[in-house]
Amino acid sequence: MFCFSFLLIPIYNVFCEITGLNGKISGPSFYSQTETNEEHREVLVQFITLNNESMPWKFKSTETQRKVMTGTSQEVIFIFENPTPKEMVGQVIPSVSPGRGAEYFHKTECFCFEQQTLTAGERIELPVRFIVDPDLPKDIGSLSLGYTLFDLTKLKKESALVGL
Amino acid sequence: MSTIIENHDDHDHHHGPAKGISRWLFTTNHKDIGTLYLWFSCIMLFIGGAMALVIRAELFEPGLQIVQPEFFNQMTTNHGLIMVFGVIMPAFVGLANWMIPMQVGAPDMALPRLNNLSFWLLPMAFGVLISTLFMPAGGPNFGWTFYAPLSTTYAPETVTFFIFSVHVMGASSIMGSINIITTILNMRAPGMTLMKMPLFAWSWLITAYLLIAVMPVLAGCVTMMLMDIHFGTSFFNAAGGGDPVLFQHVFWFFGHPEVYIMILPAFGIVSHIIETFSRKPIFGYDSMVYAMASIALLSFVVWAHHMFTVGMPLAGELFFMYSTMLIAIPTGVKVFNWVATMFKGSISFETPMLFAIAFVALFTIGGFSGLMLAIVPADFQYHDTYFVVAHFHYVLVPGALFAIMAGVYYWIPKWTGIMYDEALGKLHFWLSFISVNLTFFPMHFVGLAGMPRRYPDYALQFADFNAMVSVGAFLFGITQLLFLFILLKAIKGGKKATAEVWEDNEQWGLEWTLDSPAPYHTFTVQPEVK
Amino acid sequence: MKSLKSLKRKAPMGLFSLFSLYSYSEPTEPSKYNMPIGVTEVSQSIFDLHMIILWVCVWIGVVVFGVMFFSLWKYRKSRGAVPAKFHDHLGLEIGWTIAATLILVVMAIPSTQVMVSAYDDAEGDINIMITGYQWKWHYKYLEDDISFFSNLTTSQEEIDNAIPKGEFYLEEVDEPLVIPVNKRVRFLITGNDVIHSWWVPDFAVKQDAVPGFINTAWTNVPKTGIYRGACTELCGIKHAFMPVVVRVVEQDEYDAWVGQKIAYALAEKELTSKEWTKEELVERGKGVYATNCVACHQGNGMGIPPVFPALVGSEVVLGNKAKNIEILMEGVQGSAMQSFANQLSETDTAAVLTYIRQSWGNAENGDGEIVVPKEILDYKNNKSL
Repeated sequence: MFCFSFLLIPIYNVFCEITGLNGKISGPSFYSQTETNEEHREVLVQFITLNNESMPWKFKSTETQRKVMTGTSQEVIFIFENPTPKEMVGQVIPSVSPGRGAEYFHKTECFCFEQQTLTAGERIELPVRFIVDPDLPKDIGSLSLGYTLFDLTKLKKESALVGL
Repeated sequence: MSTIIENHDDHDHHHGPAKGISRWLFTTNHKDIGTLYLWFSCIMLFIGGAMALVIRAELFEPGLQIVQPEFFNQMTTNHGLIMVFGVIMPAFVGLANWMIPMQVGAPDMALPRLNNLSFWLLPMAFGVLISTLFMPAGGPNFGWTFYAPLSTTYAPETVTFFIFSVHVMGASSIMGSINIITTILNMRAPGMTLMKMPLFAWSWLITAYLLIAVMPVLAGCVTMMLMDIHFGTSFFNAAGGGDPVLFQHVFWFFGHPEVYIMILPAFGIVSHIIETFSRKPIFGYDSMVYAMASIALLSFVVWAHHMFTVGMPLAGELFFMYSTMLIAIPTGVKVFNWVATMFKGSISFETPMLFAIAFVALFTIGGFSGLMLAIVPADFQYHDTYFVVAHFHYVLVPGALFAIMAGVYYWIPKWTGIMYDEALGKLHFWLSFISVNLTFFPMHFVGLAGMPRRYPDYALQFADFNAMVSVGAFLFGITQLLFLFILLKAIKGGKKATAEVWEDNEQWGLEWTLDSPAPYHTFTVQPEVK
Repeated sequence: MKSLKSLKRKAPMGLFSLFSLYSYSEPTEPSKYNMPIGVTEVSQSIFDLHMIILWVCVWIGVVVFGVMFFSLWKYRKSRGAVPAKFHDHLGLEIGWTIAATLILVVMAIPSTQVMVSAYDDAEGDINIMITGYQWKWHYKYLEDDISFFSNLTTSQEEIDNAIPKGEFYLEEVDEPLVIPVNKRVRFLITGNDVIHSWWVPDFAVKQDAVPGFINTAWTNVPKTGIYRGACTELCGIKHAFMPVVVRVVEQDEYDAWVGQKIAYALAEKELTSKEWTKEELVERGKGVYATNCVACHQGNGMGIPPVFPALVGSEVVLGNKAKNIEILMEGVQGSAMQSFANQLSETDTAAVLTYIRQSWGNAENGDGEIVVPKEILDYKNNKSL
């Protein structure tokens, strides 16, 4: 049972990925636009940026929301800026609401796949490319894509010390 | 059930109990260890109770009068930890140690040295935990449920001591459970099939399996916390790809069976007492066993009812609502069976029976509020309010604690050979009954009216009932000093108890065939059960 | 999902409400004993469900305790009762097990219906991002891009029992959440640091605010008013000190409020984004002074005392600027000095104040503090200097 409790982590992750519970979406999606029986429809996608705790970076989306057609490839640009005088590492964690919409939100490219390192004062623009699956349940009218930016600078330093 | 028993140890004085403190440090005797557990839990009852009184003193009126929120949060956290892990669980283990070998006709527990270790780990663990309150960083302040990241990233440094303490308590429980299962499965007297075994032994057999299944999960949970805090992992930290909600799933996977661990032995005790004082066999013995087993099994699939507002999808919430409602059925069956035992019995109202009757009534009230909490949309309004606090205190205080006290009154003449003072016992009961209701019933009201839990201060509309609750709490606390007095009196001296202690009690179990006080070594020759 | 949708019928709820013995008439005062009925459809269904379950439990309790107390009285040994010998009855046991199961199934049906109607992912008319901080709430209106913090305003003196407690002790904030009546509002809830939980009992909305994740909730409030809620997940020392207050207003009032907030945001941006130097302020202030102040206070700042005080060497101008700002904003009662709050922009007010504090030797004789436009804006918005 002790080992089971540790096994719960991968089990939980797999379960969340398969069902989209908790809005968790992990790696890139390899989405091929094959024929579906569903018609394409308009869905409102909102882009929300959040800074966790006292993460000082400027983190903004160039658009708050966009009406998109399902099945079409979309790109949105996000701006990152490190206003501090030292190099920092950030990680963006995505969350899709409602959670059950997560499995229908395919990100083909996203800065959330990797950690981002910005030197002092550096400013970059990064894209997110996504496709909303036409099979998205009809009762979901809008999808909110929330990105929370975390400061990983200290965590990275500690892991390096422990050799992880 | 007729028995043939022999008591031989009058002849062998040279291996009676050792003298002095080494007796208690090194004992492998189940009776001594039972006594140690019970005294330990009694001391912890007063410590945890004092913390509750600090809480209630602060909540007597709106405003911050007595303690600051920093300390208040430590009080609520440690009150919970001490009562759960330091009072209820050790008390039931103490009763198990005393009674299970005698009930099944065994000379002692299967693993007596392990038994000693299981006990002595507890004062050590609680010593560590309580000492954190005196450290500069303060003790744990994140609730007894210690959700991450409040208990990881934002915890005081003493959290590491807390984790260590939990590991040690868990080890103690696991070892004790192994002992109980081995004893029950291997050392029953010939003729005692499982379906002839006393219900208290059954309740502990099932509880022990639950403990072995879930204590390791708690250990895994606190180890993950430890790793997040000290080794840069991210089990519960979203920044590193983890999830705070995962903590809640792992914790409550342990936590829900834990609350059944805290009540199942109570069911066993109450069945015995009602049987004795109704002078009638327990109604539906077989279904009582099946009900306890079903409750234990179902307890594994209901955990997320503690997490209905965490953002689960609809299907998940509905599943957990249905499974939680289902547990009401075997529990209800047990309540009906207790009542059916009383029905057409011949009932007398000695102190154990008074506590047992109060258990049936008040635990059922706690069960009703539990059923209400199971209903997910309604739970949106109850969750994390005083309604929940009312629910679990009803099932734990007039539930588990009353059952423990009932068991102590019921069995102490067997342990000491002396009848406790019946008039004082009844006084203790009535004062406890009144004060427990005065304390916990108004919590339903303030909870429904909107007062959240773990609040050191509250809005004005909650003031009247909070004052009532605080008065009740102090009354209840003082009444337990009377209990302590009764216990000490029952050990010192008084009216002698017979072997069967209670009228015609021999028919109900092997333990009542032994002398009172029970000799240091009993059943050195196995009895036969027909 | 279709079959679940079809369960959203209200008729059975109406039937059940007959058992609830409660009408939908306006509650005059919130009950101290019971859950609030609330003002939304969802909160009212939840209240009805709660009452049904409560009554079911009460009736079961009456029956079970009835039999128990009856037995305790009738079958007392002191009354001469002789115990029966039976100890099981298969029919009875099966019977009451089935009865209990049926009661639960009957309870599960309206529970499921209410649950399904509460769980709704449709689009919202407005979307608000709610973030729990230690220890305050942050609200961001996604469509209009306005955001602000909502802090407890109950004074420390009240909490420390130094002064009597106000009516809304621990339930009042500086910036409530404002939403329009009869519109579907979608909430996106998250936490900034630890887990919090956002609860408004009158809407029956409660969702945990988990850092790194977004939970959704929604409401549609048909009645204007002020609704108060709380944080319901232990989040540290001020868990009890971060209430939720929602003001529901008519659409036009809402639009005006949004307009105000946008204007404030723009103004603040404009004023704070520019770094005003002392020289810039003095130069601008000179022009403002010439247009607005010269008539009374004269070009050389000497004024015409006593009616028009001198600004040169004036205690107010030499001392702490707070008083200086106050005079320009409020005017001076009983004198010819009017309030300039509505006449001069924040920038101009700051400029003229800086000018007079820097001119005629005032800088050398006094603290020489300049005044920046944001301070005027803050004063106007009642924040402390």
